[in-house]
Amino acid sequence: MTCTEFLAKMTDFFDGHVEPTLLSEIKTHLGECHHCEVVVSTTRQTIEIYRDNEVYELPTNVRERTISSIMARCKEGC
Amino acid sequence: MTVTAPQIEEQEIHPDVALVELARAGDQAAFEKLVRQYDRQIFRTAQHITQNREDAEDITQDVFLKAYRKLDQFQGNSKFSTWLTRIAVNESLMRLRKRKTSRTVSMDQDVQTEEGSIPRDFADWSPNPEQNFTQSELSEILKKTIAGLAPGFRTVFTLRDIENLSTEETAEALGLSVPAVKSRLLRARLQLRERLSRYLKKNEGLTS
Ligand SMILES: [Zn+2]
Repeated sequence: MTCTEFLAKMTDFFDGHVEPTLLSEIKTHLGECHHCEVVVSTTRQTIEIYRDNEVYELPTNVRERTISSIMARCKEGC
Repeated sequence: MTVTAPQIEEQEIHPDVALVELARAGDQAAFEKLVRQYDRQIFRTAQHITQNREDAEDITQDVFLKAYRKLDQFQGNSKFSTWLTRIAVNESLMRLRKRKTSRTVSMDQDVQTEEGSIPRDFADWSPNPEQNFTQSELSEILKKTIAGLAPGFRTVFTLRDIENLSTEETAEALGLSVPAVKSRLLRARLQLRERLSRYLKKNEGLTS
């Protein structure tokens, strides 16, 4: 397996969507190829870091505004 | 062997479907529940796509209003959250187009770039690289980094990796094919990884 071939399968590999033969080829490649191993670990960290750190929080007034705008519309007849 | 009464096929009904039914029948409190459940997700999605807080606030409000008005069109063959997300994506792209008057903005824009198709930085990161930054520094880095991606990439990353939609749900929300979502997701992840690496890789002077 080449690095390019591995990359093409990386998304499926992350999702656990690769059949056993391919999985063992991938594992062999990752055992031998430091570059791809780093790409895997740092890509995983990239995903985790975005998941764990909510960068955009809902401003408090938006929920109230949304709800009251729906109520207002309903008064006019939904 | 005991003979059991034939089991009534119990279809698993998503709790949202019940709330939608109630809302359709005029129960506003039921719809309010749905708002409280998904407003954060809709806001984040809109903010990630538009990169503009005011727009994201307006979009959040518009999405739920629109959803409420069009509740009859919700078929129940997709998740309610996916349906909402689809409305949010469309509204967000419309706003982006309005702001960038000279350029058209679509899910296809700028995705032809070669960036991210080949990894270049192979430096390892420290195990908990975020600990080298304060929360607000890290937040700035993450915002700046994802903002640098083309809308077609950052949207796929947001839905799939931040909001945890499945590949199929992401495809449905964006009106893209599953293979298109997969290839954009790979490129988005690799671009983010490459850009974040500037901040998060091990300081070689310290390790060796
Ligand atoms: Zn390799």
